[in-house]
Amino acid sequence: MGVKQFGARVKRVEDPALLKGQGRFVDDVKMPGVLHACFVRTPFAHAFVRNIDSTAALQLEGVVAVFTAADMPQRMRDERMPMLVPNAAIAALRTQHALATHEICYAGQTVAVVIAQSRYIAEDAAALVDVDYETLPAISDLRSAVAPGAAVAHSDLPDNIASSFKMEYGDVDAAFASAPHVFEEKLWQHRGGGMAMETRAVLATHDPATDMLTVWTGSQTPHIGRRMMADMLDRSVESIRCIAPDVGGGFGPKAIFYAEEPVIAACALKLGRPVKWVEDRREHFMCATQERDQYWDVALAVDAQGRIQGVRGALLHDTGAFVPWGIIMPYIAAATMPGPYVVPSYRLDVRVALTNKVATTPVRGAGRPQAVFAMERLMDRAARELGIDPAEIRRRNFVQPEQMPYSVGLMFRDGKPLIYDSGDYPKGQSEALRIADYEGFRARQSAALAQGRYIGIGIGNYVEGTGLGPFEGVTVRVLQNGKVAVATGATQQGQGTRTTLAQIVADSVGCRFEDVVVTVGDTAAIANGVGAFASRQAVNAGNSATLAGTAVQAQIVQLAAQTLGVAPEDIDVADGQAMARTGNKPVLTFGELARLSQGMPGFSMQPGQTAGLENTAYFTPPQAAYCSGTHVVEVEVDPETGGVKILRYSVAHDAGNIINPLIVDGQVQGGVAHGVGNALFEWMKYDEQGQPLTTSFADYLIPMATDVPTCEIAHVETPSPLNPLGVKGAGEGGTIPAPAAILAAVEDALRPFDVHVTETPLTPERIVELLEAAGAYEQINSQIEERA
Amino acid sequence: MRVNGVHYEREIEPRMTLGDFLRHEIGLTGTHLGCEHGVCGACTVLIDGRTGRSCLAFAMQEDGSEITTVESLAQGGELNILQQAFQDHHALQCGFCTPGMLMTLTELLRDNQNPNETEVRETLTGNLCRCTGYAAIVEAALDAAQRLAAAREA
Ligand code: FES
Ligand code: FES
Repeated sequence: MGVKQFGARVKRVEDPALLKGQGRFVDDVKMPGVLHACFVRTPFAHAFVRNIDSTAALQLEGVVAVFTAADMPQRMRDERMPMLVPNAAIAALRTQHALATHEICYAGQTVAVVIAQSRYIAEDAAALVDVDYETLPAISDLRSAVAPGAAVAHSDLPDNIASSFKMEYGDVDAAFASAPHVFEEKLWQHRGGGMAMETRAVLATHDPATDMLTVWTGSQTPHIGRRMMADMLDRSVESIRCIAPDVGGGFGPKAIFYAEEPVIAACALKLGRPVKWVEDRREHFMCATQERDQYWDVALAVDAQGRIQGVRGALLHDTGAFVPWGIIMPYIAAATMPGPYVVPSYRLDVRVALTNKVATTPVRGAGRPQAVFAMERLMDRAARELGIDPAEIRRRNFVQPEQMPYSVGLMFRDGKPLIYDSGDYPKGQSEALRIADYEGFRARQSAALAQGRYIGIGIGNYVEGTGLGPFEGVTVRVLQNGKVAVATGATQQGQGTRTTLAQIVADSVGCRFEDVVVTVGDTAAIANGVGAFASRQAVNAGNSATLAGTAVQAQIVQLAAQTLGVAPEDIDVADGQAMARTGNKPVLTFGELARLSQGMPGFSMQPGQTAGLENTAYFTPPQAAYCSGTHVVEVEVDPETGGVKILRYSVAHDAGNIINPLIVDGQVQGGVAHGVGNALFEWMKYDEQGQPLTTSFADYLIPMATDVPTCEIAHVETPSPLNPLGVKGAGEGGTIPAPAAILAAVEDALRPFDVHVTETPLTPERIVELLEAAGAYEQINSQIEERA
Repeated sequence: MRVNGVHYEREIEPRMTLGDFLRHEIGLTGTHLGCEHGVCGACTVLIDGRTGRSCLAFAMQEDGSEITTVESLAQGGELNILQQAFQDHHALQCGFCTPGMLMTLTELLRDNQNPNETEVRETLTGNLCRCTGYAAIVEAALDAAQRLAAAREA
């Protein structure tokens, strides 16, 4: 029998090519005769486009064309971009036009496109396109956007409210009226980005001989992109092939279908030449979708022992200028807040505001880091005021494992009641506390303080709905060379999708891991697909792989039994062979069986025999699978500089059964790094006119190797009962509770000064400001004098 | 210009960057461009043996230089010790930052045969990675240093 691959630390099949510099990212695809595109983007956050004059640009040598909306196919002229996740609660169903027709609503919006012989020339020419704008008042700040008399983000809308809705259950007002303690917090979380290391890129080419339009795109969702393009270009889906080759990181923003994709495709069709667009980093800062800007005004009602009686409040969410991914993030945020705790009553009033900034859509965590931040800040506050240890107050409120499946009382974004399928939250927290040596911390803290060092500890707990539908497909096919081909609509931007699926298929079909060849991110490989978002691929594609693989193994057994004249029960399948257990144990290889499965021209198939050894499965999860975890962070704060150093980072993580611990640990560690960025560094700033101020990695800081500690990770595996493999998603859990835990640790370190932190990122400047306001420096100086 | 030991002569625009020259003129697309403004380090190559940002240099400036890129590391198609350590420790996810990481660490391990964790981390501050959270890259570098030492002794 072959070695079981599921659960093993299998090295990735993706790596050798990437390590040798033989990866194939969109900009690596060589296409003879390719032309290069550069977009003309508006410098204003809000304006009418009066006139576009391309004369000067067209005179530049090497410029092939300048296209505006008027040159685009009719659907792209007349209609806005499709909305990916509509919802009845959205009042302003606004998306942008692929190229601006009249009004532009954020700085960087696409106005025209220049096509030239080189990217250099295209950029020169884009600067020569003379656009006459009539500027309009812009609204930048989220809270101002909902104030009376605010400038409107869209000139034809009465106000900036894109949506308002309520999430509630239980009698929260009664709970607050009778609770002995009520604590209130006003919290803010910044806007940041996914900031994948590879920017976006699109390459399109049309082959007139087959009428096939092929579009390479650095996307998390090529199948969705193909459907959208078919509509916008008025082509049949079958005549478009979308390929997401190697993609240099996704993290959410690349799940969106962007204006640049259909525009580049339309240019290639119009010109009969391949056209390529590679985004530069500044464009990425201005035009790739972002996330996190939210204000929370929330209160917690507890009894004398710190048991939660209710949570209520208001959430204000910035969607930017458009709503391309619907209102998923504020919705998820509102549904995530109760988290691992028993919250008997709950009400959150949610408002989603339009501003003249690029749209927000899910970025790793998707509304959850903010919700966890809100809930955990309230828990810390209650702990402090009631004199209860922060770990203890959480322990008193956990949903217990025997309460599973646990119904929270809300609806989740998948339209299903929010029911936690499985999990052991008390165990998760105690594991994280154990590896963090939480018990020994207060002694460490006093010892440090005696030396004038400020260290602190913080806890963050979360529950995350993962593995969302609708489905992901996997086709498994045995080839006549004995290899097993796997095709899926799942994609990869670094998650090791090919490795994980190969592990599952090797086990379920019965072949060697090395003999599985996986194709991802190509619409030509499988008819239906969805892609990567919501930590969904292990659940969706993983289970489809096991279903399809098991079905193919049954075909193999059936065919081998017939051919060898033995009973199916007497066939063993392993290492790419079917072997009879009886007689002189004859063997048929997968290659031989694949040939036999094709039948012979003119002869009937055996009764019950299928054509080919092949199966496609589309696993459709009934609802989300809820993963959970606890982060415990120890930091040291230098009051002089406001610098924060993370001393120790401990994670307990429950992603159900684990397919490949090497990969899952990597997801957790990488997710934590993103969370460190959100907590301490990353801040996409705009001025009052909606001008982006941080458009380089020198202004917008992402964590470096010296900023992110190596996490210690404990796995708590409670298998999901909702899918055959018992898996849950693992891609976002590392990020979600990190800001909550890190800020709690900073606050704990600064306890001698009674500093209270309520916003991220908590930059060194901000820490110094808070310390100044708290009179910390006088205190420190007098202590130094005393000691001297 | 010599790249990975091969001599190249091309007529180019003076403003073409070294990164674009490597990628698009001579087809060595292993070197990646993540920011084109000198911060991310994805484009790192060795210029006459020292790490440099290929997005910030003009190809013209390097007329006569010896350039070494990620494509040179695997001899005869086999991963070298550092590359193998990257795979073993899962030090790459999307792989986009990886060529730059490998070149930076190639220089470090050449010049410092026994680096400690702090030295590795400080050396890597010029290379951003959004996927891995760096831990596995640091482990791979330290492991590669040991394996290289063992190989030298053998
Ligand atoms: S591309 Fe050269 S430093 Fe980023
Ligand atoms: S592996 Fe993706 S950026 Fe480093």
